[in-house]
Amino acid sequence: MHRATTTGERLYFRVAKNVGCMLLSFRTTMRLLTHNMLTSHVKGVTNGYPLKLQAENIKVMSVDFNPEFVARMIPKLEWQALVQAAESIGHLGDLPRELMPEYESNEEFLKMAHHVLMEVEVIEGNLECPETGRKFPIKNGIPNMLLNEDEV
Amino acid sequence: MRLKELESYLQDVETFEEPKVLLEQYPTSPHIAAHMLYTMQTQYSAVEGKLVADLGCGCGVLCAGAAMLGAGACVGFDIDEDALSMCQSNCTDLELDNIHLVQADVTHLHTCPGRWHKAFDTVIMNPPFGTKKNWGIDMIFLRTALDMATESVYSLHKTSTRQHIKKKAKEWNVSMEVIAELRFDLPAMYKFHKHKSVDIEVDFIRFSFPSK
Repeated sequence: MHRATTTGERLYFRVAKNVGCMLLSFRTTMRLLTHNMLTSHVKGVTNGYPLKLQAENIKVMSVDFNPEFVARMIPKLEWQALVQAAESIGHLGDLPRELMPEYESNEEFLKMAHHVLMEVEVIEGNLECPETGRKFPIKNGIPNMLLNEDEV
Repeated sequence: MRLKELESYLQDVETFEEPKVLLEQYPTSPHIAAHMLYTMQTQYSAVEGKLVADLGCGCGVLCAGAAMLGAGACVGFDIDEDALSMCQSNCTDLELDNIHLVQADVTHLHTCPGRWHKAFDTVIMNPPFGTKKNWGIDMIFLRTALDMATESVYSLHKTSTRQHIKKKAKEWNVSMEVIAELRFDLPAMYKFHKHKSVDIEVDFIRFSFPSK
């Protein structure tokens, strides 16, 4: 496409506005990386995590693989929540349910984790609070976590 | 990527058609955004390969710039649906694929950060300055950013508030460094602006945590 990669540097080329419609695969959509960090903060909720993921429209995109970045993200994640979410939308693939020792240097594992975290986009759906059942809608790939006045 | 290139790509980021007064939606100019991000990367290695958050991302000029400089991923938060859809279309036009958007009220994240607590390496923001009805919101954004970041926070604040911020930084046990003094040439975007444009003095500040 309109992109070239040189040694570690990405060059961006301007894209004429009239071809913008052809580039729908590049989106700022919700991936499971974000899901892993979202919590329901409805008033009174003590355990608003993890949110149940209900996806109505899922796409898979291709994102540049950065093994160091993925390896650094993994300790920050709730692994079980990631596995559950990926499984609930049918995109667990071969991702192991338990973290293996020395995963940082296992490129094959990091690639799978990268795919599940960064490449599976949820375009339409809901995130359901595990305690209250309150649904936070995902529209056009953006989860809406805003609370109503009586929920704050 | 060179600074000039970055600035030139950021020129393509479209900004608010009808900025909302209550949300203090004034865009960060491509010139300022490019300089901020370039400095963050070249002086402090705070962008490439990092997980970056942008609080009050608006049309996404800072998100876009962070992604261009090789951020591992950038999560943009904004309360306003219109700003987020503008941000989405900008990132699509620029072919950026590692930006994730969340519609949320940043001032609520403060009281219950949940899993966002210390989730990010770097937080960058151009917060509302806290004028008119929003008095104090700039400090709520800053407090929230400091809760979410493990390494550093980069933010813009009115120079007139510098002493107050210094006091707060000391209270919160964070180091602050004014990296640059800027002049914001705010075009008369809002009806209550009497003059064609208003020049305000703004500090570009880096906050970091003392090493343990």
